[in-house]
Amino acid sequence: MYGWGIIKGLGVTLKRLIDTYVDDIKLGKKRYTPEGVAYRSDPDMRGAFTIQYPEEKLPVPEEFRFIPFLVYEEGPDGERKDRCTSCGICAKVCPPQCIWIVRTNDPVTGRPIPAPAEFYIDVDICMNCGLCAEYCPFDAIKMGHDYELATYDRLINNICNKAKLSRSISHYASIRPGNYVREEQAKADAEAAKAVKAAQAAQAAQKQE
Amino acid sequence: MSEQVMEFGTDLGERFPEIVTVDTRQGYEGYLVKPEKLVDFATELRDKLGYDYLSSVTGVDYLPENQMEVVYHVFKSTGGSGLVFKTQTPRDQASVPSLVHVYPGAELQEREAWDLLGIRFEGHPDLRRILMWEGFEGHPLRKDWKEAYYEEDTKPFKSRWPSGEIHRVEEKNPFKGNLHYPAHFDPEKWTPDGDAALYSTLAKVEHKPGDDMVTDQIVVNMGPQHPSTHGVFRMVVTLEGETITDLKPVMGYLHRNHEKIGERNTFLMNMPYTDRLDYLSSMSNNFGYALAVEKLMGVRPPERAEYIRVIMAELTRLSNHLMAIGALLNDLGAFFTPIMYALQEREFIMDIFEAVSGSRMMCNYFRFGGVARDLPEDVLEKVRRLAFERLLRQIDELDTYLTKNEIVRFRCEGVGVLTPVQAIAFSTCGPVLRASGVPYDVRRADPYSIYDRFDFDVAVGYHGDAYDRYLVRIEEMRQSVRIIQQAVQQIPEGPVMEGKPQYQVRVPAGEAYGRVEGPKGELGYYVVSTGKPNPWRYHVRAPSFINLTALATMCKGGKVADSVVNLGSIDIVLGETDR
Amino acid sequence: MTEGLNSPGVDIPPELQGTVTITTLDRIYNWGRRNSIWPVLMGVACCAIEMICTAASRFDFSRFGMEVMRPSPRQADMLLISGTVTKKMVPQLVRIYNQMAEPRYVVAMGACASGGGPFKEGYNVVSGIDQFLPVDVYIPGCPPTPQALLNGFIALQKKIDKQSIKQVSWYSKGPGEPIPVPVLGPDLMDPREYARIREYTFNPPAPVVEIAGEEA
Repeated sequence: MYGWGIIKGLGVTLKRLIDTYVDDIKLGKKRYTPEGVAYRSDPDMRGAFTIQYPEEKLPVPEEFRFIPFLVYEEGPDGERKDRCTSCGICAKVCPPQCIWIVRTNDPVTGRPIPAPAEFYIDVDICMNCGLCAEYCPFDAIKMGHDYELATYDRLINNICNKAKLSRSISHYASIRPGNYVREEQAKADAEAAKAVKAAQAAQAAQKQE
Repeated sequence: MSEQVMEFGTDLGERFPEIVTVDTRQGYEGYLVKPEKLVDFATELRDKLGYDYLSSVTGVDYLPENQMEVVYHVFKSTGGSGLVFKTQTPRDQASVPSLVHVYPGAELQEREAWDLLGIRFEGHPDLRRILMWEGFEGHPLRKDWKEAYYEEDTKPFKSRWPSGEIHRVEEKNPFKGNLHYPAHFDPEKWTPDGDAALYSTLAKVEHKPGDDMVTDQIVVNMGPQHPSTHGVFRMVVTLEGETITDLKPVMGYLHRNHEKIGERNTFLMNMPYTDRLDYLSSMSNNFGYALAVEKLMGVRPPERAEYIRVIMAELTRLSNHLMAIGALLNDLGAFFTPIMYALQEREFIMDIFEAVSGSRMMCNYFRFGGVARDLPEDVLEKVRRLAFERLLRQIDELDTYLTKNEIVRFRCEGVGVLTPVQAIAFSTCGPVLRASGVPYDVRRADPYSIYDRFDFDVAVGYHGDAYDRYLVRIEEMRQSVRIIQQAVQQIPEGPVMEGKPQYQVRVPAGEAYGRVEGPKGELGYYVVSTGKPNPWRYHVRAPSFINLTALATMCKGGKVADSVVNLGSIDIVLGETDR
Repeated sequence: MTEGLNSPGVDIPPELQGTVTITTLDRIYNWGRRNSIWPVLMGVACCAIEMICTAASRFDFSRFGMEVMRPSPRQADMLLISGTVTKKMVPQLVRIYNQMAEPRYVVAMGACASGGGPFKEGYNVVSGIDQFLPVDVYIPGCPPTPQALLNGFIALQKKIDKQSIKQVSWYSKGPGEPIPVPVLGPDLMDPREYARIREYTFNPPAPVVEIAGEEA
């Protein structure tokens, strides 16, 4: 029969429409809860697919990359210690070259010390690729999860200096727990291996005497 | 490729004494042909030796040797690894005979080589600029042409570290923008010629005496802002009533200088830029580039990385075809409902990409020697659930919804027919080629990575019309799900990267052409390295760009509404077309 | 921006200039406009795919009033520049902006539209659409995720909430000037800059000698 294809197609649309209501009734008032959002992101879902931003926000996965941030550790009396040593690898590996680093020089000797005097990222050039975070040898720059960054004036807001870019290590651990645990483990293992080697070297030296 | 040289090295050298020599440069392969006999050589290759499919034509600027080189990659449409041949010409008066009459698919690519490198192709029917505009000063890809924001020849720039005094680069330019003009240029005395060159190439229909009604033809510009042109693409059509008598595509509205930036970047820095070529399928783009550079480096990724690459490439194919079908239906006028259903499935796939690589679209996931990081624990389970449960069901639902729909059939059947001979001659690829009856799929014709281990069929259609292209895409989605099912069951444990991750990649000198079967067709990367940290020449063989060679033939004689259907069925994306 | 209403010859005493009626009228007027912004149906580059995903069922910007995207700029309220602005495309974008009826807004989505983005160094790329059009909201990201784009739309709605009938440019005296369309010459030429171009091509400034970075 001519027209049967269209009718079957309309049947598909009708089924989806009914699914939306049936699903709503089955699940009850699951809107605006994390379980509701999780259900709607699951491959088994049927029915309405909408995530109602800004009341519900779809959680971002751990690996999500947006604008990078610098990590600082907090000392016992609250003082900040930047992990960045201004080695410059992130500036060298950044594809559009949007990272600008000024290395500090020791005022007395004039030799460079491993801390950045200034660190700028031009957010209007950054392509959120994550290469800076991937190749930093000191785990000092990481990709952030904040995406709510709309502004009215880019000349004031979109060049981020070191102060604007710094976040504490507890923030990093909260957004990337898996990575954080792995890195701390790797650091602890490296320390342990170094200690073992040092002990072995000391023993060998003692034996020689 | 070296077996080819052995097989032909004596044969081709003997067959064409004096005009063909083997290319003996370190790391290079193929043949050097004298320009005067290029057309005869190409005709013999096509007719007697069976190399009827021209894949890529590109130019390379060898400034130190004062030569311009044009590199051709040809393949047999029955499969196999293909042949490279080159011709050289001096830089100052670079001129090479055009191969358009032997391989019509070279038309747009030769125009691009003229536009960006200044190599003149003698005998080309319409040698105009294609990516830049008429009147632009200079040929940008030449090594001695410097752009307005030029800082240094290669990155990393010294100005960023250790004393990176930040500034916005437009403030240092006297014109306060990305601009430079010739000396003593007075803008008010300069008259633009507009698009006179373009409009003069449009064919005019001659009215014969005895025609019952003498009508006028009009020229209509469709695009660059148009609801259905899939991006900023312009078609200039000459209409006789509603029938198209001639069509000229105009591109370059998204020309983002990928290749020039690519020459300034290091090899690793180019990886995130390849994401932005075919921005719907970034994992495929990464795959092709990684293959090309790995050919030069001589590394192969470990097993787990190969399986992850295949899973990601096939998920990308699914995501792209969903969008293509949705967009085609949008162009047909089924305003927004089918595309909503298709995009819903695509969201699940994008969630996986986000969990694995960090971004929904610009994945930057592949590295030379493997992938950047391993899959998180729950992702493989989610892929398994998608491949075995949801995706097949939803593809069947889309099929029920759309395939037998009378309106879709009426509007797509018989529209934009390409015969197999035309399809091969125009160098079309991907679903466009397969829907015309030529079962050429790079995954089968010239297998790369581990595709020879998977059991899948190549989807082919035999009518060559827009409806067959749509059917081929639906079938390819099913085959992709089949591949993912096998890959998910066979994936081993193990490392995901060969060697330690390095940001200073050492690539030996030479050239390589790495190609993958992207969702839109054969995506190829031609990389020339001189052993330095950055490539000497980096060219992308973009399937969307070359498939557009067939657009004029498809649309002539049809109605204006059919040109929209044809463009939708070719499935172009502008990031790739314009690069 | 004009202070005071536009009736010629009527002097409004200062104590009546900020009256309650005007603020309620402002609120109703702004409420109507901010909840029915219709974008122009145009996607420039990769960010357009995220825009399409925002229009699709998961993030659905018609909840914010952007029910339809109008292909004709005459019927649209907002120009969403979603992607890299190239020199070849800029004349078309300026023409579209000129054809839009006021009130109109421009949103620069993504790093490329805000400031040139990763392709800034290219010879065919304009360093941000704000070199030609006045931009209301900038949304950084490459590409900004749909939720970031929705956050940008909410920022635009907040901006519209703060606008007052007395101060908006489309009710001012005299017609607005369209932005002159750039011309494609040996390089892109902005007609507002012809004098500067002529000055610098005839008397080029001395090149700045920079000591490019200090090694150790």
